[in-house]
Amino acid sequence: MSNTNYLLAVEDITVSFDGFKAIEALNLYVDQGELRVIIGPNGAGKTTLLDLICGKTRASAGSIKFKNQEMTRMAEHEIVRAGIGRKFQTPSIYENLSVFKNLEVSFPRGRSVFGALAFKCTEDVRARAQAVAEEIGLAAALELEAGLLSHGQKQWLEIGMLLMQDPELLMLDEPIAGMSARERELTAELLDRICRNRAMIVIEHDMEFVARIAHKVTVMHQGKILAEGAMEAVKNDPRVIDVYLGH
Amino acid sequence: MNKIFEQFGTHRHAALILLMLLLAVVLPLGLDIFRLNLIGKYLSYSFVAVGLVMLWGYGGILSLGQGVYFGLGGYCMAMFLKLEASDPVSTKIQTTPGIPDFMDWNQITALPLLWQPFRHLPLALLAVVLVPGLLAFVLGVAMFKRRVSGVYFAIMTQAVALILSVLIIGQQGYTGGVNGITDLKTLLGWDIRTDRAHYILYFVNVALLGLVILGCQWIQQSKLGTLLLAMRDKEDRVRFSGYDVASFRTFVFCLAAALAAIGGAMFTLQVGFMSPSFVGIVPSIELVIFTAIGGRMSLIGAVYGTLLVNLGKTYFSESFPDLWLFLMAALFIGVVMAFPDGLAGIYSARIRPWLLNRRGIQAASSVTQAGNPARP
Repeated sequence: MSNTNYLLAVEDITVSFDGFKAIEALNLYVDQGELRVIIGPNGAGKTTLLDLICGKTRASAGSIKFKNQEMTRMAEHEIVRAGIGRKFQTPSIYENLSVFKNLEVSFPRGRSVFGALAFKCTEDVRARAQAVAEEIGLAAALELEAGLLSHGQKQWLEIGMLLMQDPELLMLDEPIAGMSARERELTAELLDRICRNRAMIVIEHDMEFVARIAHKVTVMHQGKILAEGAMEAVKNDPRVIDVYLGH
Repeated sequence: MNKIFEQFGTHRHAALILLMLLLAVVLPLGLDIFRLNLIGKYLSYSFVAVGLVMLWGYGGILSLGQGVYFGLGGYCMAMFLKLEASDPVSTKIQTTPGIPDFMDWNQITALPLLWQPFRHLPLALLAVVLVPGLLAFVLGVAMFKRRVSGVYFAIMTQAVALILSVLIIGQQGYTGGVNGITDLKTLLGWDIRTDRAHYILYFVNVALLGLVILGCQWIQQSKLGTLLLAMRDKEDRVRFSGYDVASFRTFVFCLAAALAAIGGAMFTLQVGFMSPSFVGIVPSIELVIFTAIGGRMSLIGAVYGTLLVNLGKTYFSESFPDLWLFLMAALFIGVVMAFPDGLAGIYSARIRPWLLNRRGIQAASSVTQAGNPARP
């Protein structure tokens, strides 16, 4: 595959599980600073696509290039270190640790065994955790055990843990699932702020929320891309209405 | 937070100091050397239990084959001692003087290459830690890179324990077979069989155990300790935060192996022999039981658990030899069912709140006592 100017270029990617093609010959390009939302009915392959990009699932064929570097054969932790962060669908945080410890562990230093042994929580780590905690609205809860947070706060904490790594591409799988209207609004504002210096891919079902945050929308259906473009154009596409919005 | 952490820190140090006082002062004053030597033997097992707290409690990796590393450490020590005991003068009645007696019985006429490094104490001491550490490293890389975990990992460690014990028993000429390596006499000319030597070795053992626990506490407090806990509960989150989970698991497996090996070497020195009966599956599972009863999250608890189970074993097997195994099983099932965190769990859930409560009342009645640190 040739090099591109895109931050992320997914080309002709296919993945099959025992012959069932969850994703088939899919192309996806994401620009620097872009906030892309992926929508589609259940089983369309949205989460599988994120799994492929972050290395959790291996592609059967095709190429994934991040800053023109091939990702398909790299180990998960190497992909993270290259600058791709991934948030899981259900909040995945360390429930027994304090909010501060959750953020501290996510700081990208001391990632080797002996690095972790020698790691010291210096002023810059503390300052960064404080800044991120303020960004995600948890500055007052730093010493609280993470398991005691509300569902919405757990979602924010996981986003905060990714922000500690300062990734160039941030992938969020249904970040507002289970949130109240107020929390959704705060999350939308948060995503607006944090995508100023990075690209993001967000999977979401809530169309109001999608319209609020998306720069560009990709509609997936049965492992393929059905439509792509601005929210307005996609919303009025008859095929999209037929398979997804019509229901 | 800092306050809680400080309290926790002093509390932990107090627990270690108390254990050291018990082992280094109370027991030597209260027991004769025969019993103290027995305690020393149990304490050599507790190195394995401390390693299991790191591997199983913190790392979430259950190994049912720690006897392998205990045995390898013990054998490395025993090989050195055996060579020293097999000098040409004292073995002059053999067909080939100067080699261990069991080799002579098995028609071996020259010291095998494998045994050559064990002529030198520094090399033998290095081997005590490096041989088991290296085996754990190879096995760890092979299994953790392939994401073998849980029950499958436990079964693999059992297989290794079985293989090694069969290998040692089968290669009689090289290993002493089922009898093991016996008749160990001196360490650089110093007779290790005397009462005086037993006292010294006991204190060396206690000091080493203290250092090992301090080292493990330091690891638990470092970021590595936090990561081990994080990996145990949310493996994927750690992996997708940029950490190579396999390398951390390999590290803690090697650490547990090295600690077990130190215990094995101390066993050989204090008991005076090493045999394959400490390598197989049954002793390995016993070591896990010690840890479970002591509390798999508590380094100190693991030591008490080891001591208690072994004292019980000695007492009951002297008094009711037929019942002992049933009693041990009942103890294990009872503790695990009622107190999943073992003795340490009983302490932190029941005894410590009671003590703190009492101290609170005392502090209220007496101003001078308010500043005194907690004494568990």
